[in-house]
Amino acid sequence: MSYVPDNLSYTASHEWLEEIENGLYRVGITEFAQEQLGDIVFVELPENDEAYAQEDECGVVESVKTASDLFAPLSGTIVEVNLALEDSPELINESPYDDGWIFVIEIADDSELDSLLSAEDYRNSIEDEE
Amino acid sequence: MNKTILYQMHLDAGAKMVDFGGWQMPINYGSQIEEHHAVRNDCGMFDVSHMTIIDVQGDDATAFLYRLLAGDITKININQALYSTMLNPDGGVIDDLIVYKQADHQYRIISNAATRDKDMAWLNQQAQNFKVRIQEQTDLAILALQGPRAEQRLQSLLSTDLASLKKFYALQDNALFIGRTGYTGEDGFEVVLPAKDAPALWQQLIKADVTPCGLGARDTLRLEAGLHLYGQDMDENISPINCGLAWSVRKKDHDFIGGPVIAEQRQNGAEQKLVGLVLEGRGVLRHGQIVCDDNGEIGIITSGGYSPTTEKAIAFARIPKDNMNQSLFVQIRNKQLPCGVVKPPFVRNGQSLLEE
Repeated sequence: MSYVPDNLSYTASHEWLEEIENGLYRVGITEFAQEQLGDIVFVELPENDEAYAQEDECGVVESVKTASDLFAPLSGTIVEVNLALEDSPELINESPYDDGWIFVIEIADDSELDSLLSAEDYRNSIEDEE
Repeated sequence: MNKTILYQMHLDAGAKMVDFGGWQMPINYGSQIEEHHAVRNDCGMFDVSHMTIIDVQGDDATAFLYRLLAGDITKININQALYSTMLNPDGGVIDDLIVYKQADHQYRIISNAATRDKDMAWLNQQAQNFKVRIQEQTDLAILALQGPRAEQRLQSLLSTDLASLKKFYALQDNALFIGRTGYTGEDGFEVVLPAKDAPALWQQLIKADVTPCGLGARDTLRLEAGLHLYGQDMDENISPINCGLAWSVRKKDHDFIGGPVIAEQRQNGAEQKLVGLVLEGRGVLRHGQIVCDDNGEIGIITSGGYSPTTEKAIAFARIPKDNMNQSLFVQIRNKQLPCGVVKPPFVRNGQSLLEE
């Protein structure tokens, strides 16, 4: 069973979110997602200051096996991206919840938070796939 | 779904299994990139028991294979191997294969897994006017040991001298049939043995510090080495002349199946060629991406991926023979990204051939 930290929120498309201050969320992909992808060799990061609607494609994570779209988990504006991933995309494999974070988004609509999954919900959603 | 005799060994080694041509095969055992490096720098092993083994025997075996194959079966010695394509009457590639000459009238073909049914049907159909027996061997397993230390590791388990076994030759050691061949661009061996003996050999090799490697690493290794993959780099609609395999087709006596079409293509000049591409910036080249020059679309990537040895994205692309551009563009999502054009292979003997 992949590690799913209790203190984070999740999407069905395998992103995690951590609220770092009011309205600012750090986003990455889950341990389960990186395990499924295999060795990650390239990340196309979203642009800083770019605005996205919830579920918009905002980047791509490419592994040796396949390319996987990255989705904006909530509507909002990108305020920071993890530039370390440009030279070291493997950080997502090594540390998906920490050094492998991908971007920070300032959310536009609090009501969308209800659509996120809890750790327990996400665990249940990947159970069948594991 | 078919399983090889080593299925449980794969699970025990932590493999992630995938469906490959109707077979449950390991894609990796954790890190495909580490497996790739193990083969380039040390020794890795692959279960390739899903591949098809066909023995061809009889008075007409040589004549039959001279007709069936685009390569020249008459130029190999006993115990020597030949890489060849097998063509349809239109010159398209039915399959690519390695054939070993085991005795004067006895050959062993090793061909792809996904093409098994059509290969057997084609061989049986073409054999009707020849005195040959065609027998698929289903109780055998194949282990490929690849890497600069492959000889050392395998030798530690055998008394037969491997050092004197030349590249593209084979020997028989009791129940083991050992060919000095492979699909990685490194030195190595393909060991054909009774399926029941394969798990024990696998375990001995694990104990000898050989790294189990999955189909993922096998793909990046062969791509770096400039080796074609059937179904991607060629298929029934492409002649070997148009996909970079002209070297494997015999120059005289175009009296093999598909030969008249090949002779005509040779006379008129090939229309297409397979070139190597190296992505200049960041990203990954993949099968199916469109290749352009300044005037628009010219071709397609047939195989592509991340190359762990060169740390770049590399690919084979099929483009017009007369396109001499040193730089092309590949369409990735909504961008056109520049690529350098090179002649494969990208890697030889563990070393990148790309200029910095």
